[in-house]
Formats: sequence, C-alpha cells, structure tokens
Amino acid sequence: MERFLRIDRRIIFAIITVAVIVSLVLRFELPIPASEPVHGIYKKIESLPAGSHVMVAFDYDPSSKEELQPMSIAFLHHCFSRDLKVIGMTHYPGAPGLAEQALTSVASQYQKKYGEDYVFLGYKPGSASLVINMGENLYSAFPKDFYGNETTTLPALQGVDSLREIDYLFDLAAGTTIEMWIAFGKEKYKFELGAGCTAVMGPDMYPFLQSKQLTGLLGGLKGAAEYEALVGKKARAVSGMRPQSVVHVIIILFVIFGNVIYFLSKR
Amino acid sequence: MRKNSNFFILIGTIGLFVCINIFLMASGKLPFSSDGFGIILGAGLTLAIYSFLYKDNPAFKIAENLYVGVSLGYTIIITWFNFLKPDLYDPLIVPIFSKTATRDPRYALLIPSLLGIFMLLRFSKKLSWLSRWTFAFVVGLGAGVSIPRVISAFILEQIKPSLNPVFSGGETMLSSINTLLIMLGVISVLIYFIFSVEHKGAIGKVSKIGIWFLMISFGASFGYTVMGRLSLLIGRIQFLLRDWLGILQ
Repeated sequence: MERFLRIDRRIIFAIITVAVIVSLVLRFELPIPASEPVHGIYKKIESLPAGSHVMVAFDYDPSSKEELQPMSIAFLHHCFSRDLKVIGMTHYPGAPGLAEQALTSVASQYQKKYGEDYVFLGYKPGSASLVINMGENLYSAFPKDFYGNETTTLPALQGVDSLREIDYLFDLAAGTTIEMWIAFGKEKYKFELGAGCTAVMGPDMYPFLQSKQLTGLLGGLKGAAEYEALVGKKARAVSGMRPQSVVHVIIILFVIFGNVIYFLSKR
Repeated sequence: MRKNSNFFILIGTIGLFVCINIFLMASGKLPFSSDGFGIILGAGLTLAIYSFLYKDNPAFKIAENLYVGVSLGYTIIITWFNFLKPDLYDPLIVPIFSKTATRDPRYALLIPSLLGIFMLLRFSKKLSWLSRWTFAFVVGLGAGVSIPRVISAFILEQIKPSLNPVFSGGETMLSSINTLLIMLGVISVLIYFIFSVEHKGAIGKVSKIGIWFLMISFGASFGYTVMGRLSLLIGRIQFLLRDWLGILQ
C-alpha cells in the first residue's frame, strides 16, 4: 500500500500528457452551455447599434496567450460581425504583437479597413494614470497609434474624445487591470465594462459581477469556449475543452485514489 | 555513470528533434521559410521548458534565460517606439535640435523627464537625495488619486449588494437564498477575522461557519487554478500537434 503513496510524480505528468494528446486527437463533442456571466457580455454586444465604439484592452502577454487569445479572437468576431468600431490598446509591453495579430486576422475576414473600422493604439505605460489620461483626453494619452499615425486623423475614432464616449470597454486581463479599469475608469467616466480573465483570477472577479461593476465575465479557457460557441466560431477554445474535461476527471480520480490509499495505509 | 546517461539522453533527444524537423521540412509539412523556422524554434523551446518536468537540464536553462532576455529586449523596443519616441523624443528633443521641425518644443515635458532622471540618481551617493523629490511626487499623487477611488469602487460599491433585502418582492426563491448565503458568508467570515474576542460559544460557532466559507472559496480558487494551468498545457500541445507536427487540423 505504501508504494502507492510514493508514486513517481513523472508518471502522473505522463498520464496527464497522454490524456491531453488522446482527447485532442480523438474528436468527440461535449456540450458547452453558456453561463450567465458570458451571456452578459454577449447580450451587451448584441444590444449595441452598428457604428458604436468598443474599446478592447489587450492586457496580457504570451504567458497567458493560450487562455486569452482565443477569447479576444471570439470577441472580435462578434464585434466585427455587428459592424462595431473597435479600438484596441494595451497596458502590457508584451501584448502588441498578439493584439495586432488578433485584430488584423479577424478584421480581414470581415473586410474591415484599418483606421476606418478599427484602430490599434498600442502600448503605453502608466496603468491608472494612463486610464485617467484617457478618461480626460484620448488624444493626449495616445497622440499616435501603434503604426505612428496621428490619432486625430483616424476616422474610426470620430465621435470619441475620451473614455466617456466609449460605448463598451472589454478588458482581457492577465493581471490586476480589471480592478484598475473599475476604480479609475468605469466609476469615474461612467462607461459599461466587461472582462475576460485567466482562470486563476476568475473567482476574484465574481464580486464585481454581483455589484454590477462588470456586465459580464469570461473566465479562462471555459469562458472563451462558451463565447466561441455563442458567436458560432468554434475554434481552439472549444477543442481545448475536450482535454480539459477529460483531465479534470483524471485529477478527480487521482484525488479520490490518493485519499483512499492514505486512509487504508493508516489502518 | 548517471551523469553520462543524462548527457546521452539529452543528446539523443536533441538528435531526435533535429531528425523530425528534417523529415517535416523534406516532406513539405513545414515550409522552408522564416515561418517554418519560427515554428521549429517555438516547438524546441516548448519542449525544452517542459523537459524540466523530467529533471533540471541545460536545455531548460537555455530556454529559461532566453525567455528572460528576449522579454526584456522586446519590452525596451516596444517602450521606445510606443512611449518614449512619440511622447518625449518627437515633441521635445526633435524640435530643439532639428532646424526643419514644424512644431515648437513642448518644454513642459522637461518636468516629468527630470523627475524620471532623478529617480535613476539613487545610484549616485552624492545626488541620490534628488530621487526623494520624485518619490514624494509619486507617493503623494498615487495616494491622492487612489484613496478616494479605491474606497468608492472596492468598499462602498461592494457593500451595496451585501445590503440587498432578502425579500423585497418579485425575486425568485433562488435569488433570495443567494442573498441569504452572501449575508451569512460576509458575517461569519468577518467574525472569524475578529481576533480580539476569544472564539468560544456563539462566536466560535459562527467563526467555524466562516472557516467553511473560506475553505469553499479556497477550493473554488484551486479548481480554477488547475483549469488555468491545464489550459496552458493544452495550448502548447495544440501548437505542437497542429502547427509543428501537422497531426491536428
């Protein structure tokens, strides 16, 4: 019995890896019903008239790409399919490459033009002070966009002087930026805010849903998969839910197995 | 002997990786272009990082240090082109030194620039006192801006839903139960964190309920953490199977 309590951890790693590979290779469908927080964001985007301005804050870097990039792609599909004007920006220096990739790849599928239908303002440091600056004057916070164009000349930004004129802001966060947008942006400049975050942060965000400081929340790969299913663009997140579910079952079995062996060995 | 076997495992793995890539390129599954070499580099670094799960090794060390170096270099370049150049160099330095500049220099930018330079003077024994001016500015501004916003957003706005009436008419039974649970959770956890009263009798019982609420929240957090870490693994395996080996479509 004792030897079961001293299983080499590398055997567990190998089992998990094999389970992920097998469940990715074998194709089977699992139901992905959208939860209430995910519906919150979907409904908000559905309610916006064409031409409304949606700001997307790509506040993540490659270390969180696997969770947040599918989320941003699914959200951009929804925005562009509804003819909304998308304004991208980021607080993370590691994000511009990922954000640009997501924006250009999705925009090209809907024949959207840079500058007219969407813009990418790029990265700027400052965190809370940047949010306050954007709340007072977007053009002084970002005099030029990511490509060096004068922001005052971009048609997609017409009608937007500051965060007050933004119809919806969606923050894709790998850190504490959601709290920052709430405290220094939403509460002060009164715009609607939704968020997508890594699974690790998910539980900490639920109080903001309760207080209606967030209109909705996409939590981790599951949130991304639910949104992909809602907008009818099933991709990486949906296919990632197969191994996710299989490995969760294996982990639960490991936990039960470990506890049973532990109590049996105590006898 | 053991050291030798580890060395041969490492060399064997690298050799196998090279052979697979030669086969993939020769069979046309990977393009012979910068894209193809980028995918090979990504696959190699992914495998090098995950090799740590077997044991620490030189391939992991190289990938780890490369990550730190590349991240820093990338951050410096992005900060220059996205921030320092458009916000400081172009509006202040260029108009001062260029005769063909069409705009006047924005001299107001000298103030934040000097404050930034003062912060770097901490490394000088004679001039480090100047950095205190910058820190005083940052701390004063930060506290002034943050305190009212944090109190409003994280305390007052959070108290509101905790004060919802359990039955105000019109709500469902489930939402009333939800409100009751929130009330019970808030009160019991707050009582658990009162350490100036001994946790005996009624206080002890309520604080025990608080512990249960805390344990459930820790469990939820742990579950979400497992999901998050697995998502990263799934993403990398998707990359290896789809982009590198071409097994997944």
